[in-house]
Amino acid sequence: MKKITVALAGNPNSGKTTIFNLLTGARQHVGNYPGVTVEKKEGLCKYAGHEITFVDLPGTYSLTAYTIEEIVTRNFIIEEQPDVVVDVVDASNIERNLYLATQLIEMDVPLILAFNMSDVAEHKGLLFDIEQLSRLLEAPIVPMIGNKGKGKKELLEAIVEIAQKGRGRRIHNIRYGEEIEHELAKIEAMITDKEHHLAEKYGSRWSAIKLLEQDDDITKKVRSRELIDAVKAGTEHLKSIFDDGPEVVMADRRYGFISGACQETIRTTVELRHSYSDMIDAVVTNRMLGLPIFLILMYLVFLLTFKIGKYPMGWLEMFFEWAGRAIAGLWPVGSESWLSSLLVDGIIGGVGGVIVFLPNILLLFLAIAMLEDSGYMARAAFIMDCIMHKIGLHGKSFIPMLIGFGCSVPAIMATRILENRRSRLTTIMVIPLMSCGARLTIYALVIPAFFPENWHGPMMWLIYFIGIVLAIILIKVLRLTFFKGDTVPFVMELPPYRMPTLKSVSLHMWHRGWMYLKKAGTIILAISILLWLASSYPKPHAESLADLSDEQAQQVRLEHSVIGTLGQAIEPAIKPLGFDWKIGTALIGATAAKEVFVSQLAIVYAVGSADEGTATLRQRLRANYTPLTGFCIMLFCLIYAPCVATIAMTKQETNSWGWAMFQFFGLTALAYIITLLVYQIGMAIAG
Amino acid sequence: MEQKKVIHLSTIKSGQKVKLAGVEAGRGLNSRLAAMGLLPNVEITVVSNGHPGPFVVSVKGSRMMLGRGMADKIFVSN
Repeated sequence: MKKITVALAGNPNSGKTTIFNLLTGARQHVGNYPGVTVEKKEGLCKYAGHEITFVDLPGTYSLTAYTIEEIVTRNFIIEEQPDVVVDVVDASNIERNLYLATQLIEMDVPLILAFNMSDVAEHKGLLFDIEQLSRLLEAPIVPMIGNKGKGKKELLEAIVEIAQKGRGRRIHNIRYGEEIEHELAKIEAMITDKEHHLAEKYGSRWSAIKLLEQDDDITKKVRSRELIDAVKAGTEHLKSIFDDGPEVVMADRRYGFISGACQETIRTTVELRHSYSDMIDAVVTNRMLGLPIFLILMYLVFLLTFKIGKYPMGWLEMFFEWAGRAIAGLWPVGSESWLSSLLVDGIIGGVGGVIVFLPNILLLFLAIAMLEDSGYMARAAFIMDCIMHKIGLHGKSFIPMLIGFGCSVPAIMATRILENRRSRLTTIMVIPLMSCGARLTIYALVIPAFFPENWHGPMMWLIYFIGIVLAIILIKVLRLTFFKGDTVPFVMELPPYRMPTLKSVSLHMWHRGWMYLKKAGTIILAISILLWLASSYPKPHAESLADLSDEQAQQVRLEHSVIGTLGQAIEPAIKPLGFDWKIGTALIGATAAKEVFVSQLAIVYAVGSADEGTATLRQRLRANYTPLTGFCIMLFCLIYAPCVATIAMTKQETNSWGWAMFQFFGLTALAYIITLLVYQIGMAIAG
Repeated sequence: MEQKKVIHLSTIKSGQKVKLAGVEAGRGLNSRLAAMGLLPNVEITVVSNGHPGPFVVSVKGSRMMLGRGMADKIFVSN
């Protein structure tokens, strides 16, 4: 079987992903490009005795080095040398979409143009002379309707043909006019002469074009000073002629080439209109209605993710509880078996802890896929941009941050909707400051223990509010230090509204769910088992447990374990925060999952299982600590080290343990400082 | 030769057609805008100049939203 590699390139909103799904179905593999937070999707398709691997490149408008997506796309084509490059073109928006094609033509790749949404184009009254246009662009053109599955066979046929034939010799180049061509020729000659590595890898004309466009990436690769100076002189010279930089003039010439080709081959029978999209936009982006509509939709997303997700979550929890009991039942009652404990508390507990998030993630990505595919996401980003921009983030960051109030794990995954790496990393770093559902159980324990009834609401509100304010401050700080640089000025294409298709939405959901289980799930499971070990070992002597009630025995065991020992060891460090070793132990245990804080505290106070013991536990807390300490517990739990699932997710999404550790230790340090200040100042005032 | 008046895009009312004269931005942004079709002499239709809502223009048959600051960096002539 012959193997063929095909790269799919195209503008954002060109329907590239729909074509990719059409070609590969569910046989896809999603990963990241090495070292960057850009998604890499690969899929397989068997056709006529060929095994075709499709790589879905990021959506780009051009191949400059302006965004990370453009660099990734360019490097993939240059370094991996795919057998065929398919440029997915939105046929209803032909001129703008062909711009990328001109750049691919310049890279001299074996190119096929897939004219997607040809039905929409027809509806708009565009008539193509495909044969003639194909001759002018020197690439086969396949009309397609991606969401209806039309054109698949024709495209595969064209791919096989081009792969066998190899790239043909190009007859025309895109010409840039006398002055620019003159400069290009000079630079090209110097490249062939002095910069063999550039000529060999990129081709001398392409290198010359990129140098004249002052492309940072290629300019960095130039070795000779002379060439740099020549490029500089050429650029200055051209600027003096055209008033604009050569990069703008060259873009203009490419568009000229496109409109030349289109004029001869495309006829418009009716005037282009965006009528129905404009009508929807008049309401949805209306300055009075835009924000309320957005907030209602977000509320629905939140409701779908967490309120509806609660039910399958409950069933899963019940199932794992049942499985745990069933396995524990294999051993005689009252016997102490490390294997039973490992299976029930370590493995089933750990696997359960992973799978329990799955309904949330699936439902969240169902909602996100619908928002993205319908075209609303672009509008949402814009509506929130005015507000989010003020704190230095992209409008779309609002969505993952909102999801963070439910759970940080899907929230961090949701940052995938952000294209800009800096915005994405900043958002990931602050998401744990949004009080998640697990921390709510801590607040629900602590607030009634220390504060009178009528304070409950305001207290809860205050702690959520502190999280938000801290997040905003932290974003500001991060943008001034680690993620320096201007927020990208906002220019965004508004795709026409489209009906999301069931196939694309369900594929999207399925991939996210699978990716979560495979990547983050394994890390979460491993850490859960480690934490189980640390809270169960070393065991105290059997004699010391004699004559103790079950609760007391549990207490002694926890005190004796690694976590208990650690809790006691850190007591001097957390004393200035108003915490003792009992709270310390619970805090360490809670890194497994924040709600564990409550059950661990129940164990160290030997009040039995969390449910019936909650009231007793509150009494114990009230007897042992002041309301100030109670508040500090909540404050510390809000800010400090996110749970292991969050850390695993951060590692997975940033592709680096470094950022995950930065988040872990950074937030813990922040929690320490803030709680210290609050406790000490509080003590001084109360003093 | 008649000197054309060059004004900020942000001052153009909804529904008006203008020609792009230039963009006052760094090289990177300039070429990105160019790639998206915002080139000198290209015809721009202001679809909505909502104060303070989104600024939407139509360029080469596609809709583009511009952030607050962006519309101030683009110069046009009518």
